Amino acid sequence: MSEDIILDKIAGDYEWGFSTDIDMDTLPKGLNEDVVKFISKKKNDPTFMLEWRLKAYKHWLTLEEPQWANIHHPPIDYQDAIYYAAPRKENKLNSLEDLDPKIKETYEKLGIPLVEQQFLAGVAVDAVMDSVSVVTTYREKLSDLGIIFCSISEAIKEHPELVKKYLGSVVPYSDNFFAALNSAVFSDGSFVYIPKGVRCPMELSTYFRINAANTGQFERTLIIADEGAYVSYLEGCTAPMRDENQLHAAVVELIALDNAEIKYSTVQNWYPGDKNGKGGIYNFVTKRGICGENAKISWTQVETGSSITWKYPSVILKGDNSIGEFYSVALTNNYQQADTGTKMIHLGKNTKSRIVSKGISAGHSQNSYRGLVRVGKSADNARNYSQCDSLLMGDRCGAHTFPYFDIKNKNATVEHEATTSKIGEDIIFYCGQRGISEEDAVALIVNGYAKEVLNQLPMEFAVEAQKLLAISLEGSVG
Amino acid sequence: MLSIKNLKAKIDNKEILKGINLEVKPGEVHAIMGPNGSGKSTLASVLTGREGYEVTGGEITYDGKNLLELSAEDRARAGIFLAFQYPVEIPGVSTTNFMKTAINEIRKSKGIAPMSAGEFLKRLKDKAALVELDVEMTKRYVNVGFSGGEKKRNEIFQMAMLEPRLGILDETDSGLDIDALRIVANGVNKLRNENNAFVVITHYQRLLDYIVPDFVHVLYKGKIVKSGGKELAYQLEEEGYDWIKEEQTVK
Repeated sequence: MSEDIILDKIAGDYEWGFSTDIDMDTLPKGLNEDVVKFISKKKNDPTFMLEWRLKAYKHWLTLEEPQWANIHHPPIDYQDAIYYAAPRKENKLNSLEDLDPKIKETYEKLGIPLVEQQFLAGVAVDAVMDSVSVVTTYREKLSDLGIIFCSISEAIKEHPELVKKYLGSVVPYSDNFFAALNSAVFSDGSFVYIPKGVRCPMELSTYFRINAANTGQFERTLIIADEGAYVSYLEGCTAPMRDENQLHAAVVELIALDNAEIKYSTVQNWYPGDKNGKGGIYNFVTKRGICGENAKISWTQVETGSSITWKYPSVILKGDNSIGEFYSVALTNNYQQADTGTKMIHLGKNTKSRIVSKGISAGHSQNSYRGLVRVGKSADNARNYSQCDSLLMGDRCGAHTFPYFDIKNKNATVEHEATTSKIGEDIIFYCGQRGISEEDAVALIVNGYAKEVLNQLPMEFAVEAQKLLAISLEGSVG
Repeated sequence: MLSIKNLKAKIDNKEILKGINLEVKPGEVHAIMGPNGSGKSTLASVLTGREGYEVTGGEITYDGKNLLELSAEDRARAGIFLAFQYPVEIPGVSTTNFMKTAINEIRKSKGIAPMSAGEFLKRLKDKAALVELDVEMTKRYVNVGFSGGEKKRNEIFQMAMLEPRLGILDETDSGLDIDALRIVANGVNKLRNENNAFVVITHYQRLLDYIVPDFVHVLYKGKIVKSGGKELAYQLEEEGYDWIKEEQTVK
């Protein structure tokens, strides 16, 4: 077998494992104050941003990487990563025809609906390659409604008042180690603003792609739904297969003002590393939203990628009668490790939260659910329902549940249910005895198990997620 | 349709089957009886292709094909059905969805288009009635939270749905009260026709009061040591297995 064919075969396991040869603008490895200043200058930041970044950087220096998660990895050398990489043709494009054909090709391989005909599909896309937002589609159509959908760099320049008011308002730079790092060096990401009373007529979507080698990706997403507004936002992620681990530390902040609703869906498929646990993305992400009165924030995530996932999309239920939801399927295979869950912080009266977490562990992987439900003193009649299910495939993997409750109000109702089930050879044989192959049996069981979460995703995304789950589990039993 | 010749099989390096011979023709019901540990369930496992069993000798032909070369799912697709002694639970998958997938996988292997929703629903209702199963039960996850009796009835329901050519019942009577036993046996009797065959594995004679076999075989220490008509079952019921054991010791 020639090397090409072998490479082809390996790549077959992770379909998105190609890299694109584009002219790149990169900084040397390492992080110091000059790097932060360089990024800020490169982005033409206004002074307030540079100051904020420097404060974040100085604060980061005082912090230590958190050690409480149920994940294990060799120490990360933060001086060994590249903190800025961008495709060289950086000017923002007005038309899709101006996009570098190679970048366009990459996104086509990824199946991202960049071309104008996708307009019909009703998806507007912001594509972020390595650290820079490449193109945002359907901007004009959206701007007619007063909706702003652009890269965060543009927002900083064009809508500084909004950025100044909301950036860091939900996840301050001092929040945690990775959030501080992100605040100092983020180079791009997406920005959404939906004006008062406007219902965004299409799904907004960002596709994140890490392409360059040895590069960390630090994107920052800020979504603001003004009073009575509604938006559904989708996020997809892939990366090339590389032997070394790559760092990804993103921050997402959602602000749902009174009576607003934000639905945020993620299909995370960063490169998970190979069958022996070599390579893959270290994914350390801080996602949090805040609800005004009668507002609602719903997080849905399907996590199949990354060698390490550290992620807790959370909701602060500040306004009375607000609702927070978290629906998650986290799948780990081979040597992947995931420590993921949510925090629901009830502050307002009659606030409700719902947590549905479905972990799937296969191979030698370790999968942990970690969740906090906090009910403050003033949160009369707060209600929470949590359901944490674990599915084990084979007998070399692990599933762990770490639920935390901090209830300070006697009127609160908090429910927690948990189940663990195992797909072993006996179930596979039972299905086989009914004429169902192992592959189909696994898909049948996993899709049934994850249905409640997949149903929360927009239609096309749900289909993609179902396929992704099946592909990620091929040959994982027995 | 099924021909077993001098079949020998091992599990964990221990020989369990030591030369089994059995011929099953369409329209026949064969009962296989025997004391605990005689190899009855091993025979069912080897016939259906369960992993972990090593066939060390002999052959099995089914409809002229070498059965041992087929995977478990290909055997099922060729019409072999096993009603499990210990049916497993499948969380998240309703019996309806499970059966729809099974039927369509079997059809796909034969190049037949998936069954229409209407036809499937009709079959579901008809077959549920056949085994006196509440259709609501089929909406529940396969065997999850079912009693022992409900699980066994669900096995027979699945057998009815898939209409196999060769049905193997592995101790389906164990753990059933007399009413459940009657329902299960009635279901099997209604499925019997001149084109299919059944192998009924049981420890007790009482099931055979309801499913009347054409042949009874006694399995002992991995071999069929005695074969006869249904009267052999009555003799075993009255006299137990001791006389069989003694006969074998004398030999």
